[in-house]
Order: sequence, then C-alpha cells, then structure tokens
Amino acid sequence: MAITTQNLTRQGAVPPPATPTRNKQPDDTKLALLLILPATIGLVTFYFWPLLRGIWLSFTSWDLLSAAKFVGADNYVRMVQDPVFWNAIGATLYFVAVNIGIQTIVALGLAVLMQRLTGSILVRSLILTPFLVSNVVAALVFFWILDFQLGIGNQMLEWIGLDRIGFFTSEDWAIPTVALVNVWRHMGYTALLIFAGLQAIPASLYEAARVDGASEIRMFKAITVPLLRPILGLVLIISVIGSFQVFDTISVTTGGGPVNATRVLQVYIYDNAFAQFDFGYASALSVAMLAILMIVTFVQYRITRAGQTDLN
Amino acid sequence: MTRHNSSAPGRRRIRRLLSTIIGSLTAASLVGLAGCASTPGNASSEISLDYWLWEALQVPGYQKCAAAFEEANPGIHVRVTQYGWGDYWQKLTASLVAGAGPDVFTDHLTKYPEFVSRGVLLPLDDLEATKGFDGSVYQEGLADLWVGQDGAQYGMPKDFDTIAMFYNNDVLEDAGMTAADLDDLQWNPEDGGTFEQVIAHLSIDGNGVRGDEDGFDPQNVVTYGLASGGSGDTNGQTQWSWLAAATGWEYTNADVWGDEYNYDDPRFQASIGWLFGLVDKGFMPSYESVGTAPDPVQQLASGKAAISPNGSWTISAYGRLEGVDLGIAKIPSGPIGHPVSMYNGLGDSISAQTDHPEEAAKFVQYLGSEECQVIVGKEGVIFPARPAGTDAAIAAFEERGIDVSPFTDLVEDKYTVLYPVTTNGAQILSIMQPVMDGIYIGSEDVSSLTAVNKKINSLFAKKP
Repeated sequence: MAITTQNLTRQGAVPPPATPTRNKQPDDTKLALLLILPATIGLVTFYFWPLLRGIWLSFTSWDLLSAAKFVGADNYVRMVQDPVFWNAIGATLYFVAVNIGIQTIVALGLAVLMQRLTGSILVRSLILTPFLVSNVVAALVFFWILDFQLGIGNQMLEWIGLDRIGFFTSEDWAIPTVALVNVWRHMGYTALLIFAGLQAIPASLYEAARVDGASEIRMFKAITVPLLRPILGLVLIISVIGSFQVFDTISVTTGGGPVNATRVLQVYIYDNAFAQFDFGYASALSVAMLAILMIVTFVQYRITRAGQTDLN
Repeated sequence: MTRHNSSAPGRRRIRRLLSTIIGSLTAASLVGLAGCASTPGNASSEISLDYWLWEALQVPGYQKCAAAFEEANPGIHVRVTQYGWGDYWQKLTASLVAGAGPDVFTDHLTKYPEFVSRGVLLPLDDLEATKGFDGSVYQEGLADLWVGQDGAQYGMPKDFDTIAMFYNNDVLEDAGMTAADLDDLQWNPEDGGTFEQVIAHLSIDGNGVRGDEDGFDPQNVVTYGLASGGSGDTNGQTQWSWLAAATGWEYTNADVWGDEYNYDDPRFQASIGWLFGLVDKGFMPSYESVGTAPDPVQQLASGKAAISPNGSWTISAYGRLEGVDLGIAKIPSGPIGHPVSMYNGLGDSISAQTDHPEEAAKFVQYLGSEECQVIVGKEGVIFPARPAGTDAAIAAFEERGIDVSPFTDLVEDKYTVLYPVTTNGAQILSIMQPVMDGIYIGSEDVSSLTAVNKKINSLFAKKP
C-alpha cells in the first residue's frame, strides 16, 4: 500500500520523464513473438489454411488426382437440390436431439447424485469409465451385443418373450440405437463437467434452504438448476457441437444405412470425399456444416446466457 | 523471400528464423517421404517394384510368381503387399495422390475407368515388354474388358470368375433330395419355376414344417432355402446378376463402355421383385437379420441357409467349412432358355507414377504369362485367365474333391454376361445402393428403379 501511494505521489508531482526507466529494459516484443510463433504456425497451418482452402475447394470440382477446376456456386446449387443432403440434415438433427436430450438429463441426474448422495471416489470414477473406452470400440461392442442373430441383447429380448429387434439394421431403430450408444459413452464425462459446476455452488445456500425446510426437489429446482445455468450452457454447446460431428459410431456400425437412415452430414461428407472422390462437393457440404454449427452455437450462447452468472 | 525489403532488423531475423524452421521441416518431411518410397536396403543396382493385391488367399501364388520372376530377372526385386478390399482402394488412391503408389497393382473393372480418365495408368501398348499384347491367348472376352475408350490396353488379364450355387449334401438328404434334383433347374420371375419349388422345400420353420407344406410359418424360419448376399448394389454379381441376365436383360446398351443403363427394364425389375419377395415368403433371410455385411458362406456353414449362390473366388472358403458335405450346382436356367452367369475378370495395371515403367511392364508381362498363371492355377484359389492356368486350377480343385464344372461350363458354353464396365462407377453406386437396400428391406418398390435409372443415365449426358 505504502509503496503504491509513494509511486502515485511521485508521478503526480514530477512530470513523466522523457525516457521512463522501464523502457531501458530490453523490448520483450520480439521474444513474445518468437514464443507464440510455434503456436501461430500450428494455428495457421492446421486451422486457417485448411479452412480457407476448404472454402476455396467448395467452389471447385476436384477429384484429388487432377487439378481443381473452378465451377462457381455449382456445388451449392447441387446441394440445395440434393434430397440426400436434406435427409442428412434431418438425420443429424434427429440424432442430436435424441443424443443430447437424453444425455443431458441423465448426466444432470448423475452429477446431482454424485454431489448430494455420495462422496465415494470409487463411485465417481466408475461413472467416468465408459468415457475411457474409445468410440469405435464402444460402437463395435454394442454392435455385437445388439446383433440380430448372435447378440446377447436380442437373446435376452427373446428370453423375456419379445421379438428380436434389428437395432442397427432397421430404418426406425438405427438412429435411436446409435444415439444411445453415444449417450452411454458420454454421459459420465458430461456428468463430470456438470459436477464441477455443482461444486462451485456455495454449500451455504443449501444449508440456508434446509433451515427453511426446503425439500431436495425444491432445492434442485430453486438453487441447483438456476446457478448451474452457465455451466450447463457451456456443456450443451460443447456436447451439441460434438454430437453434430458424429461419425465414428455410425461409420463402424451401419455405415450410413439402412438405406439413408443414418447417413448423417459427416457420413455424407465422408462418402462424397473418400468414396467418390468428389472433394469439391464434400467441401461445400463441410462449409454448410460449419455455417450450421456457427448458427447453433450462437443461438445457444444467447439463449443460455452462458457468458453470465447469477452467482454474485 | 530474400528479395523482399525488410523494414526492421527484428522482423528480418524472425523471417530468417521462420524460413529456417520451414526449411528444416520441409527437409525432414522430404527425408521421411524418401524413406517411404525408396528401395529398402540395396544402394544402387537393384530395382524394387511394389505389387499390390487385395485377396489374401492369392498371396502365396503370386509370391511364387514374384520369386520366379526375380530369378529370371536378376536386379529386380518385387515386393508383394496385400490389403483388404475396403482399405485397398483408399490406400491406393491416397498413395497415388502422394506419388508413392505401387508400380503394379491388381485392378477392378469398377475402378479402372476412373483411373484411366485421370491418367494414372500406363497403357500396356506403350511399353516394350507388353507392346505386342495378344488378347486371344486368354479366355475369350477377358482382354476386351481392359481396353479403354481410347482403344489402349490398360490391364493384363489375370483371372476370371463366374457364379454357381453351393449346398450341403446332408441338408439335401434330409429333405429327401439328391444332387441330381438340383440339375437343370428352371427359373422365371413370375412363379420362380422349379428353382423356387426347391428353395421352398429346403426352407424349414421352427416347427419343422417345410416351405412347400401347409402351415409353414414365414415369420419363424430356422433354415432358409436361399442364402442372402445383401441387396447387390449396382451389379448384384452373386445376388441377382444370374437371375436378371437369364431373362435376356443386359446392364447397359453395350458390352463395354455403355452409356445407358437398363435398370428401368421390366424384366430386371421383375427379377429383383421376385428375389426380394422371397423374404416375405420366408425363403430368404431379411435385411434386418443379415445386416450390412451378409455372409452367404457363414449362412451355409451354420445351416441358416440351404443353397448359397456365390462367386468362383469363394470356392476355397466353402471348401474349408467343417462338417459340410459340399456340393456345387449350376445356376438355374431362365426364360432365355439357359443359365447366364456374370463373367468378370481382374487385371494387373501399371501406375503412371512408377519410376521403372519398363521393368514394371516386364513383371506384368510375366503375370500374364502361361508360366505364372499355371503357378497361380495350381494353388487352387481362382481361375487364371489363360486356358492352361484354368485347367491347372480345375485339376487342383479336383484333387481336393471339388468339382468346379458348374463354374467353368458356363464359360465353355458362352452362357455369360460381362461385368458392366462404364464410367461414373462411384456415383452410380451411391445412387443405386440405398435404393436396392430399400427394396430388400421392403420400404421401396421395384418401380422406383425407373427414376433411379433416369438419374444414373443423366450422369452420362453431363460428361460428353
């Protein structure tokens, strides 16, 4: 305190010197530039350049082996008229709705249970274990469990007297099945993020509520949910973006089928790029995906007011 | 970069640093690439050729060929690499883009038209060793499949395949039938003919009732008369090519390089309708139950299906099944008066990126020679394209007690239809596959193929 006052008084009394002492120290700008250089190179090489190139390619016809040919907005015109594209949008939205809807509710429940019911590290760790399994492995394990002929899942359905279900092979079941596989894998992780948010809510609020005789459910509604809103908003944004990009689970199980039931946007992009080598059109689809994600994120950010907190 | 005027010394230093970093990165990656592409080991004299194929069962045969070739051509080393069908084409394309592809590779009729149009294959006619290529020494028609639209030869005929039906003699016996009952079956798309009667009789439901008896429950079938190989996509090679073609239907308007598909033909749609109509009758497993990777070999092995139509390249896979008394029957005759099988052949192509085109041509010439094709034939895995190679294969199968005449007779009788070689293969597949799956599932009607055909044919109109 005293030093600050001293400085202030000195600066107030004496006019600032022409060359302040600080400037005598070596200029850090160069060092700073040098230090951020590696990160910048990475950013430019792996983000900005591919992004710009991708946008450029979306205006071309390119098959990898011959030179890209500028075709104007042809790819975008084709996209708007492409029923498989619109089907892909529909399939993606359906997937995201089922996946995020169920995942968020289950994760919120798990997080509250972790917070209010148990302090056991073991239980908390166990909840996270599905997330440690890779997506492809999780998808393949469920692919076997739910196989129409050999799957133990279908065997159990039969034991309890129900008909077998083509979880991955019927058009009606494919999207819900894939979405639930992803819920299984991600709910623990999502719960952990929400749990971290719960930890930030002061215990005193619950104590006060309990003194006033509030029930657990009432506390959940009046304290937990409102104060969790910024974290929940963040979790939603992250998980929705991830959900829109679903690819691996579908690629190793249904591959986009039956018919076009699970041909979500990413799978359709992959089909066009790596099966048909139509990189121009695939780039246009990717740009569309980028636009959709930007809009979704913006809207979500606004609606959930994720940048603000009620905790003050 | 050095020609630019640098305004500040600091910036120049950074730029120099940047160029050093980029320079060393590039150098490092070049070293890496060179490490991938260059010949391993020997410093200068030895030339190394990379040869790729996708069928694991064929590796031993071609390794013997490669060894014999190396012996006859000191200084040339051949490295044989195998990738599964799915990985093969992705790796091949990626490596062609990167300029690090194989010198010689096994090529497929659905893929090579696009390779030709992108200029990644060398015409055999341009190279010393393969200049005097003579297609007449191979089984008839095989060499023509590899002649591009420009008249150049882009593939050395390697082998051929046809379709027949595998069955288990024990299952036949249980049904009170003999192998003779599968001879000269008749089929038509209206009532299925004697072929459908056989399939019906071989189908058994959970109560032991056969498909041609009263009270058969198509919802609860234990053994299906006919195995499923999926919807068949664009060519239905093992699934429906032999049905549709036996009505006199043809894929396109020309033997090779057609520019108009005939999926709108009523004969084709009736054949497809009959085949996938078997699902409701309980004579063939549903899409729901076989999924995205149906395996007719497994269906026969497990007793899930009684008759399993498949290609000649699967003979040894069926031959190795435990507990199956294997028999092979000819595909049924159709309205045209005789059976018709698809007649497909693989070829060996030379990459335009090879550093050693002449040596690659020498190797390809050897792969197409009688010597190599007899070596491969003796392995008893596939039918080589040369008649002598084919005979060697027939003898090798016979030694194992497998009579493959249902496959080879069709070629002798010329009861074959060529694999449809056209451009736009990948796009046609992406249009056709979901619709064919839908027809198999039952959510699409065969009449929707008319609109599909129009869409496919418009692909050819676009590109002159």
